[in-house]
Amino acid sequence: MGILRTFALGGIHPAENKLSSNAPIETIAVPKQAIVPLGQNLGAPSKPIVKKGDMVKVGQLLAEASGFISTPIHSPVSGKVFKIDNAIDGSGYKRPAIIINVEGDDWDESIDTSTNIVSEITLDSKEIIEKIKNAGVVGMGGATFPTYVKLMPPPGKVAEFLIINGVECEPYLTADHRLMLEKGQEIIIGTRILMKALNVNKAFIGIENNKPDAINHMRELVKSQNDIEIQTLKVQYPQGGEKQLIKASVNREVPSGKLPIEVGCVVQNVGTAFAVYEAVQKNKPLIERVVTVTGKAVKKPSNLLARIGTPIGELIEFAEGLPDNTGKMIGGGPMMGKAITSLEVPIVKGSSGILLMKKDESSRRTESPCIRCSKCTYVCPMGLEPYLLSAASKLSNFEMAENESIMDCIECGSCQYGCPAGIPLLDYLRLGKLKVGQILRNRK
Amino acid sequence: MNKFTVSGSPHIHGDESTKKIMYGVVIAMVPTMLFSIYFFGVDAIRVFLIAIVASLFFEWVIQKYLIKGALTINDGSALVTAILLALNLPSNLPSWIIIIGALVAIGMAKMSFGGLGKNVFNPALVARVFLLVSFPVQMTSWPKPTPITDGLADVITGATPLGILKEGLGAGKTVSELTPELPTYTQGLMGEMGGSMGEVSALALILGGIYMLWKKIITWHIPVSMLLTVAIFSGIFWGVDPEHYADPVFHMLTGGMLLGAIFMATDMVTSPMTKGGQLVFGFGVGMLTILIRMWGAYPEGVSFAILLMNSTVPLINKGFKPSRFGKI
Repeated sequence: MGILRTFALGGIHPAENKLSSNAPIETIAVPKQAIVPLGQNLGAPSKPIVKKGDMVKVGQLLAEASGFISTPIHSPVSGKVFKIDNAIDGSGYKRPAIIINVEGDDWDESIDTSTNIVSEITLDSKEIIEKIKNAGVVGMGGATFPTYVKLMPPPGKVAEFLIINGVECEPYLTADHRLMLEKGQEIIIGTRILMKALNVNKAFIGIENNKPDAINHMRELVKSQNDIEIQTLKVQYPQGGEKQLIKASVNREVPSGKLPIEVGCVVQNVGTAFAVYEAVQKNKPLIERVVTVTGKAVKKPSNLLARIGTPIGELIEFAEGLPDNTGKMIGGGPMMGKAITSLEVPIVKGSSGILLMKKDESSRRTESPCIRCSKCTYVCPMGLEPYLLSAASKLSNFEMAENESIMDCIECGSCQYGCPAGIPLLDYLRLGKLKVGQILRNRK
Repeated sequence: MNKFTVSGSPHIHGDESTKKIMYGVVIAMVPTMLFSIYFFGVDAIRVFLIAIVASLFFEWVIQKYLIKGALTINDGSALVTAILLALNLPSNLPSWIIIIGALVAIGMAKMSFGGLGKNVFNPALVARVFLLVSFPVQMTSWPKPTPITDGLADVITGATPLGILKEGLGAGKTVSELTPELPTYTQGLMGEMGGSMGEVSALALILGGIYMLWKKIITWHIPVSMLLTVAIFSGIFWGVDPEHYADPVFHMLTGGMLLGAIFMATDMVTSPMTKGGQLVFGFGVGMLTILIRMWGAYPEGVSFAILLMNSTVPLINKGFKPSRFGKI
């Protein structure tokens, strides 16, 4: 086996800690009360079309898209709309959500709830995109960008390759891994649907080398199909970053400030491919997803199929409870996830995992002076100089930050992970990006 | 009420730390220290001890009473400076001069710039050059290395190989006439030649360099580009006129060349941030060293060359950026 495919610049290899990779996906019970936030996609939040007291079924439309970069939201449960009110979400803020008191589990009749796999794709490109749009499918890797938007290249741009992201480079997370092992066939059909929607003849599925079982399984499924290729990728963070994955898969570099379509690529997560399959072939909107519940002190690290709106506390209970020494709860992985403040926070479309860190893993290091070791520069996958950008942000020199390409930062956290001085580089970089972003918008 | 920690990502950290890097450098210097103790005996131990105690003391005093900041005495950086300073001194240097050296290194070259990470020039080299121009006699009387196993013989002082070469060539002699006075390659490799405590054994220095490369404390760029520049540049002159110019291997093994290339020029704080910049930096150091060695007033030029190149680092950092993703 020659040199494995990977991206060109920087990268790190944190301890993988995939504690739950052998735990099959289990379905968790429908919660008593579902909290469905209205802002579940990147872009504009959805607009509610139900009101207090309405009875809803599973899969019924709750809120519609409120713009181009927006998606509809469907009810993940059946029952009565209790209220539309602010509720705490993964951001730590209280934001508008539809709260439903669950009664039974009554599905909308139009959804095919059978377990048989529908492999024949009857719809044409336009119909597929419409269906994906109406099902509220977003990028399930965490970015939650509306999927249908990616399937409609702007005029003059043509997609050549579809790249399916099965990398799962975040330590601890195994949701995509299990999904590939257990729903591989559906993912392949989902991939074919996406290929048809984009009118491309070639798709790559990129999987990191630490998941040989998934690689073999997926290879078996596409045997004798030359248009879908499974690529084995080196275990290197952030291999699953969109731009890094494109570089590794087809050796093209997305120009600074541009989207992948600029180099003829569209990237979708394996979870998204599965959601696309369900939306198009089974008429099922995005109302549930696989979530990894893990951590070194977690008694039963699990992969759970949970309805959107289920409080994370219930998933943690399923994994045999919140460990006593839990110091930090993270929504997502340890590199890019967000700290969660409450067990009431609901699962949303973008929730890939819940990571419970022990108290002794939860605090940051004491910051000491930069010794100019340049390790942050060596590991930056975008070829930036984090030490310089953070210093510029700290000194409010946003002009310098802009000139030194701060907006190219993908916030992967590799710089801060390896900083011997324990400097919170990414905090300063985020601040700088925020300010430079404001400056850029004002300039327009 | 909220009992969970909240902070921005990333939530995990690698096992690198400033302390680990600094003590890694100390470990890398151990073979050289042992060789210098082997050759210079009890005197070498005296120089190490005084340099270390004085440097740590000045670090502590300045941090506590002048800067009034968090104490950094444990981070290992002052220890590294102290040992590097000792390695740059002759073993028979009077104790009070060593103490002045420590004050210059820590007080002037490091703390007056704001402490760890903020100094422009390599502190140990600033001290070495300061002492060299202030105490030229004491700083250029080099004890001849005598293995400790030979018993406590009287210390004989003599010139460094570079000193012999410079003086001899200046007096009109040719390289082949001087060869009997110069160390053989084996002697150079093992360290049987006059010089400062860290300039003796090439082998020990290379060992330390390999350790630091393995531990990823340094990258190969500065030492390789510096030594390659020296080899090519001195090689050209030697090829043209071997009677008046020493061969590249001689340049490599003598003086502060390897000590400079491995431990001084690679100092993180005072060298460029990108690998491209580091190659340029190494080239500059190598070039200036040879210029000084061949045509300068001093027989040795590594310290001056590194300090001069230290001053260009901010400029190099501006000119040499990492290759950005997606920028053509």
